[in-house]
Amino acid sequence: MKAMTRPLLRVNGLGKTFVLHGQGGLSLDVMQDLSLTLSPGECQVLVGRSGIGKSTLLKMLYGSYRITRGHACLHFDDGDLDLAELPAYAWHALRRDVIGYVSQFLRCVPRVPAVEVVMEPLLMRGVDSDQARGEAEGLLARLNLPQRLWELPPGTFSGGEQQRVNIARGFIGGHPLLLLDEPTASLDAANRDVVVELIQAAKARGVAMLGIFHDEDVRERVADRLLPLDDHMQRPSARLGAQHGEASQ
Amino acid sequence: MNGYNFAYLDEQTKRMIRRGLLKAVAIPGYQVPFGGREMPMPYGWGTGGMQLTASILGQHDVLKVIDQGADDTTNAVSIRAFFERVADVETTTRATDASVIQTRHRIPETPLVQGQIMVFQVPIPEPLRFIEPSETETRLMHALEEYGVMHVKLYEDIARHGHIATTYAYPVKVDGRYVTDPSPIPKFDNPKLHMCEALMLFGAGREKRLYAIPPYTRVESLDFEDHPFEVQRWEAPCALCGSQESFLDEVITDDAGGRMFVCSDTDYCRQHSEEVA
Amino acid sequence: MKHPQLEPPTLLEARDVSRLYGPDKGCQEIDLALYRGEVLGIVGESGSGKSTLLRLLSGLERPDGGQVIYHAHDATLDLYAIGEARRRALLRMEWGLVHQNPRDGLRLGVSAGANIGERLMALGQRHYGQLRAAGQDWMARVELDAERIDDAPNTFSGGMQQRLQIARTLVTRPQLVFMDEPTGGLDVSVQARLLDMLRTLVRELGLSVILVTHDLAVARLLAHRLVVMRRGRIVEAGLTDQILDDPQHAYSQLLVSSVLTP
Repeated sequence: MKAMTRPLLRVNGLGKTFVLHGQGGLSLDVMQDLSLTLSPGECQVLVGRSGIGKSTLLKMLYGSYRITRGHACLHFDDGDLDLAELPAYAWHALRRDVIGYVSQFLRCVPRVPAVEVVMEPLLMRGVDSDQARGEAEGLLARLNLPQRLWELPPGTFSGGEQQRVNIARGFIGGHPLLLLDEPTASLDAANRDVVVELIQAAKARGVAMLGIFHDEDVRERVADRLLPLDDHMQRPSARLGAQHGEASQ
Repeated sequence: MNGYNFAYLDEQTKRMIRRGLLKAVAIPGYQVPFGGREMPMPYGWGTGGMQLTASILGQHDVLKVIDQGADDTTNAVSIRAFFERVADVETTTRATDASVIQTRHRIPETPLVQGQIMVFQVPIPEPLRFIEPSETETRLMHALEEYGVMHVKLYEDIARHGHIATTYAYPVKVDGRYVTDPSPIPKFDNPKLHMCEALMLFGAGREKRLYAIPPYTRVESLDFEDHPFEVQRWEAPCALCGSQESFLDEVITDDAGGRMFVCSDTDYCRQHSEEVA
Repeated sequence: MKHPQLEPPTLLEARDVSRLYGPDKGCQEIDLALYRGEVLGIVGESGSGKSTLLRLLSGLERPDGGQVIYHAHDATLDLYAIGEARRRALLRMEWGLVHQNPRDGLRLGVSAGANIGERLMALGQRHYGQLRAAGQDWMARVELDAERIDDAPNTFSGGMQQRLQIARTLVTRPQLVFMDEPTGGLDVSVQARLLDMLRTLVRELGLSVILVTHDLAVARLLAHRLVVMRRGRIVEAGLTDQILDDPQHAYSQLLVSSVLTP
């Protein structure tokens, strides 16, 4: 249990600025000086009004958005890793093995069957395809996705069905750090319960989670800690022309 | 001699062609470009072969000319008469008596011996041409031994016909290096190229290329492990001489579907008939 | 928990590579690296130098300056310092090139099976039965009817021709594959299937790919990383979703914001 107390993720003074060159170099500070620590087996829930930057934070931690300022260090037994300084190629292995992400929307190749969408994170690690299929089907069954849909591409599914495919894909990999962006948004009560169970089981396995849940009931049941984002983390006064010209890579 | 130089071509031209031949012998199967001259006949009638013959012919040579194995067809008769006239050399129809044999699309059935020279008339010297129209590219392919495409053609034959259906101009690899077009001889003659005692020279007049297979050179016909190279076989022997070993031509004898198979090599057929009789 | 192995081995590098046909026409001062097992997308508008860069990287066009370095299993090769024979052998044996127009990459005069078998024959495979088996196997892998192995490519639709070209290229299990707008001329419905197939093949064969495309949706689905080109230069490089979701350079922002997303 000693290792459990050691944070997996330590975020310090994180800041994000978008510079919109198409708008004459309009500069938007969307995050200021955000800090947090997240331990293995812990689920922290981001709260705050819409547009405060909850999804932005998850995307910065997943590498989809660049970190403008500050540090986000992942702790490993053999040394720390600052996500702010990570070269692009290093994210491939990190996403495959360490950081998982359940987004609000499913984005995948059209015409690929749902079960294969779910299997992919395991296949990327070289897991045998029969085993991956077994695990994927198990998860889809648990999430009450009707079996007749498994071999169909999710493009035509309802929002809730797509969401469940997305959740299965996110949880199948067993990543030590999971970022959850409103995974329960379009689910009914029964399926929300399943997701809560999945999260609690992941916690028990020592998975660290950072999530956004608008449903208060779910939030109550999964959150070990709430992390309120408030307006002082944002500086809405846009500065025009502050960072004109070409941004460096 | 009627105002012509010996053997029609001027000495400088013959020297140039001989230099080309020396190079060709030194690099078996490699196509050497040469400055082709106008000959008093159209391309396609053997101008390449004739320039080679003219360049190597000496006063004491004995010349035989065959066309599809026969000594008595137009092409053979004309070329023979041409060299009788411009070089005043002795001619023959007997393969064993000849020191130089110019041929269109056959190799005599009588085994060639050391000291004899075969001169082949070649229409298209480049075996890769069917797949690659660019000369620069084919020369590079030869230089780098990029010969995979040759088997594409054979593969396609088997896929379409169940066996390798190429029956003439069947590609060979000379001395383990250059893939070479043996000229449109039937593949029946391909084995005669291998370790042949005679020197074999190839001349393409229109394309202005010459190449050679020196005596005792390895010549392999391309094939697949599970579809080995095979020559044609006939069910019946030659209707005239009874030979079971020679390459047969089909001859239509009447309007009622009558036909017979006879040796394409007229000299061999005559000799074989005499031996049997 | 230990550090994952984050730095994959480098497979191909461009070092200060330039090739100019005119002012801003071609490629200038290109530096990039491709790592083993990765799909690197090159995006940009027409005339930005994407295809020139592909030709420079794939050994088809000698740069005016700079080096292209290939890290083979047993050696490090400077692509344009080695002889032409070695370079062509590399292209034929260890690399593959998928053209935008499948008709440029196929031999239209010979059957599908001969097309697939050609690279194997070039490597010295001389067993007809095995060549045929490989042809049928690969036709199935790219979802073509193996019964049609003896049909000419001309009798195939555009999407089928493209899959045939891919089979023909991948049959020798190349280390590195260059693709120039592989889904370019295809119907949208055919594109999706091809994209899925490519993703699967990349994963199963552990391919490393350099992919040129002007279609950002294709780039998002296939590429791990992107470089954005404009006027012959790389203006931005990064993770695919980062380039598409948080572009930094003015031109990348313009490019991304100009796309219609359904």
